Amino acid sequence: MSTCPEYIVDYMHEYLDGDISREHEQQLKKHLQMCSDCQQHMHQLSDTIAFVKSASHISAPPHFENEVMNRLPKRVHGVGVQKWIRRHPLFIAAAVFFLFMSVTLLGNYPNDNQFSVTKQPNLVVEGETVIVPAGEVVKGDIVVKNGDIVIEGEVDGNVTVINGEYMASTAVVTGQIEEVDEVFEWIWYEMKSMANDFMSLFDSGEKNNE
Amino acid sequence: MDALVNKRIKQVLKGDQNAFTDIVSLYQHKLYQICYRMLGNKQEAEDIAQEAFVRAYINLHSFDQKRKFSTWLYRIGTNLCIDRIRKKKPDYYLDAQIAGTDGLDMYSHIAADEKLPEETVEQMELQDRIQYEISRLPDKYRSVIVLKYIEELSLQEISEILDMPLGTVKTRIHRGREALRKQLNNL
Repeated sequence: MSTCPEYIVDYMHEYLDGDISREHEQQLKKHLQMCSDCQQHMHQLSDTIAFVKSASHISAPPHFENEVMNRLPKRVHGVGVQKWIRRHPLFIAAAVFFLFMSVTLLGNYPNDNQFSVTKQPNLVVEGETVIVPAGEVVKGDIVVKNGDIVIEGEVDGNVTVINGEYMASTAVVTGQIEEVDEVFEWIWYEMKSMANDFMSLFDSGEKNNE
Repeated sequence: MDALVNKRIKQVLKGDQNAFTDIVSLYQHKLYQICYRMLGNKQEAEDIAQEAFVRAYINLHSFDQKRKFSTWLYRIGTNLCIDRIRKKKPDYYLDAQIAGTDGLDMYSHIAADEKLPEETVEQMELQDRIQYEISRLPDKYRSVIVLKYIEELSLQEISEILDMPLGTVKTRIHRGREALRKQLNNL
């Protein structure tokens, strides 16, 4: 066999792979007819393949499926959440914005517990209670912090009570009445007033244009 | 079958873990067989094949559904097998004397599946003998021979599973066949 050209063995493998060219196949056949060593080599290779192929089919043990399912990580919610976050970047931006807003606004939250009231003529202050006396008309908004308000007369504007109570029975208030007690309400209030400021800026801008 | 598999994959990705059962039941025997032929040990084959399914489950989102699922799964499996085989390889010197023994070296501790005496091999049952001869192949030939002649996969698929060029797969199959031929005829 040592005298045989090396490509003969290559052709044998090409043949076994099933991608031998016609030309190579003819050369191989011709050579095998003359050379018994190569014939034997070829037989041994075919036998080797038959030997490996005679391996019986092996099946997974019966409990295999269950064991795989038991080994799976428990449904990870994080994956779903992550995916959702990736798909909704705008929501996350809004959430982050809201967070920062809240923190800033909370800084303004009146935690000093000091009583204060908007200065308006004809308001009567008794201790921590602001009274709009009967028969009087207050022109403008009133903001009371850490105190109560009793309205017996008329208010031509908005009334806001922060950390306090609003008491009125026969009051006439032309604007809105608001009580702010909780932190979240406070944030909401601040945001609304910011929006209002913004809107009024806009309005005045429009008026200027006119 | 691919349509069914892709449907199940979509269900799993949507969060239906039970849909994975069908995928396991479809491929468990083939994957287990590859692992068993590569490792030659039932416990290890079971462990690695299960691990391959778990990894497939975890990484399912990265599977490209235009491709064949079996190719992807077998790739995970064969990689795990090759890793396991490499870890098992001794990294100590066989000639080194074992501490506390008198002239006993590592040769006396070699696992029985390295090489057996001729008579023992000749008396083996055919099936044991086949597994023995496969396990004696170097692992780079073992994987191609197992995929080609036991799983009966095409050369193209083998090249995708093992992530190597078609030419390399052919060369390894040729050398693997020659190595087996010599093993079988040198007795």
